[in-house]
Amino acid sequence: MRSLLLKGGRVIDPSRDFDQTADVLVQDGKVAAIGTGLGSPDGADVRDVRGKVVAPGLVDVHVHLREPGNEDVETIASGTRAAAAGGFTAVCAMPNTDPVTDNQAAVGFIVRQSVRAGLARVYPIGAISVGQNGEQLSEFGELVGAGAVAVSDDGKPVVSSHMMRTALEYARSFGIPVADHCEEPTLSAGGVMHEGLVATRLGLKGIPAAAEEIMVGRDILLAGLTGGHIHLCHMSTRGSVELIRRAKEQGIRVTAEVTPHHLALTDHACEGYDTHAKVNPPLREAADVAALRAALKQGVIDCIASDHAPHAYDAKEAAFDDAPFGIVGLETAFAVAHTELVIGGALTLPELIARMSTAPAAVLRLPGGSLQPGAAADVVVLDITARWTVDPTTFFSKSRNTPFAGRALTGRAVLTLVGGSIVHEAVATTP
Amino acid sequence: MTALGKDLVGLEHLSPDQIRLILDTAEPFKEVSERPIKKVPALRGKTIVNLFFEASTRTRISFEFAEKRLSADTVNVAASGSAVQKGETLVDTAKNLEAMRIDMVVIRHPSSGAALFLGDRIRSNVVNAGDGKHEHPTQALLDLLTIRDKHGKIAGLKVCLVGDIQHSRVARSNIWGLLKLGAEVGVCGPDTLMPRGIEELGVCRFRRLEEAIEWADVLNVLRLQLERMEKGFIPSLREYYRVFGVTAERLDKAPRELTIMHPGPMNRGVEIDSRVADGTHSVILAQVTNGVAVRMAVLYLLAGGRPELADAAKGPAGGAAE
Repeated sequence: MRSLLLKGGRVIDPSRDFDQTADVLVQDGKVAAIGTGLGSPDGADVRDVRGKVVAPGLVDVHVHLREPGNEDVETIASGTRAAAAGGFTAVCAMPNTDPVTDNQAAVGFIVRQSVRAGLARVYPIGAISVGQNGEQLSEFGELVGAGAVAVSDDGKPVVSSHMMRTALEYARSFGIPVADHCEEPTLSAGGVMHEGLVATRLGLKGIPAAAEEIMVGRDILLAGLTGGHIHLCHMSTRGSVELIRRAKEQGIRVTAEVTPHHLALTDHACEGYDTHAKVNPPLREAADVAALRAALKQGVIDCIASDHAPHAYDAKEAAFDDAPFGIVGLETAFAVAHTELVIGGALTLPELIARMSTAPAAVLRLPGGSLQPGAAADVVVLDITARWTVDPTTFFSKSRNTPFAGRALTGRAVLTLVGGSIVHEAVATTP
Repeated sequence: MTALGKDLVGLEHLSPDQIRLILDTAEPFKEVSERPIKKVPALRGKTIVNLFFEASTRTRISFEFAEKRLSADTVNVAASGSAVQKGETLVDTAKNLEAMRIDMVVIRHPSSGAALFLGDRIRSNVVNAGDGKHEHPTQALLDLLTIRDKHGKIAGLKVCLVGDIQHSRVARSNIWGLLKLGAEVGVCGPDTLMPRGIEELGVCRFRRLEEAIEWADVLNVLRLQLERMEKGFIPSLREYYRVFGVTAERLDKAPRELTIMHPGPMNRGVEIDSRVADGTHSVILAQVTNGVAVRMAVLYLLAGGRPELADAAKGPAGGAAE
């Protein structure tokens, strides 16, 4: 494999609190050296990355790749191509596929498909319950043996508290977290957006913040009871933030993620019945956005995850009630977060990179998130000054369902390496 | 573009002048329905589709009379038995109608936002005949016209909507229309049927009907859908009538005579006492009569009819709609 020398970039490695101008040498698929004035080995590919940022590849612990079952809207190949374009070198695939990823063969299929695609690494998440029916535990041991890194019934809440308790207990044997989509279904039933003034004006049924917070509270109590690790998916309310803060103070093993859209948008995005803003949990209020940003800064919320959820264009071309929930995020996540949080002043750039690489890798105990010499060369080069306008027709994802279409953003991945191989290279940034 | 724009989706985004224009345009059309030959040529040659995805008797018939009395050619499409029931999407239905070169669509749909969705995707004019829990603009317009007929004004009046505000498109359209024309608006009903943040729209909230009756000049009593009890929003119809029913006994204690309205169809003995519905202060049938005139006005204006010609349009010679 040809060596690669990234010369003169601002190297940010949150795993070592490293932030200085340096060269990065990649050899044999690994980070070989970081330092100033590194010489290039014979035949090395030398890239001048002055003015750019070199960071550990981004890690997304929550994506829906839709394969198997819905290859019309995304495949493992198209989803990991989108990931690479977004600067992600590893993604965790949620198990709500068809058939559900609830057995070792299904996990193995996802791993094989991702190896065949040869783009971003894919770490499957297995289902908590067989068929995600909430009735019988999946075989966690075999799931983990085949490559699963966590279990979740994402897309659906775990309704039974007994099921959640046993999942948290049983998962301890395998050292994996249980990731929960927190939604109390009798409160959210029929709801299509946040319950508040905007829903009242639009005449749409709301999902109250309490529908999430009740389950956050329950899961935290059960994590405390069992000593298991609960990972809370896509947090959306200020109440959830307070519950997590208190749980962490008490030493309960809880981690949490938040999506770029919940950090950037409010329920006002649903005005005009824009189905691209229909997502579960729903976009909330400005006070929730502010609390989520502060929680991310403080580490109360550990990481950003895209909850990349592709849908067919014509499924979203429907009345608001009839459209599916979900937003694609892999190709906009960094730019939205960078524009809103770093340029917006909520986070420093090293903090953002930590929340999108080192922290998510730590949450699911994945390799990656570090430029430590000797580590696999999963690296992203970011142009944090590139201004571009989101044009969904240019997405590598097979789906286009984003509420950010037409929005001017700043920052994007220009080079993505997985194991030292170039998996994405931006041709040119839109002026 | 007409004085109302291309479509009538709701009252939230209309100006007070636009609302007054519709009411004023309705005045000359009232007389048409009183003639032995109830027909004017204003929309002759126009094709209108009444696209009803939800059962409706009163609104559909009222629109149909309005269309026929304006000489439009009309087609009724009901969801049951149509392509819709066979799984056709709203957007496909819309494009197919468009392909048949129709001029207007009157749409009733169970999903909020459906009328806006349709209006954004076809060139024909779209009239919202009720979309989910969002708006029912022609109902509110006929309510406004009826209040104006009875009281000679709208500004300064206190109008209270009673009942299931949460699930009511009639309530939302009434709130916007009344506020824009300067009325004070109250809402009264159990908290289980009150949408979040309703006060922020600028309405007073009453939890007890007695307080609303003491405050109001007009009560607009909303229909209680019987499924609200099945879904657990209220314990029983019996108790609802006890606590929130508009009864003669409660009205007897009012400090002034109240005008009683109801958009229909009524559940007698649930939200309203028969003696009240049939009493001297009830304008419920006047609402129905005004419904035809208001819908004629809306169709006429959307078709590009000039308001000052509304009088002429109804004359035997007929003013062209263009």
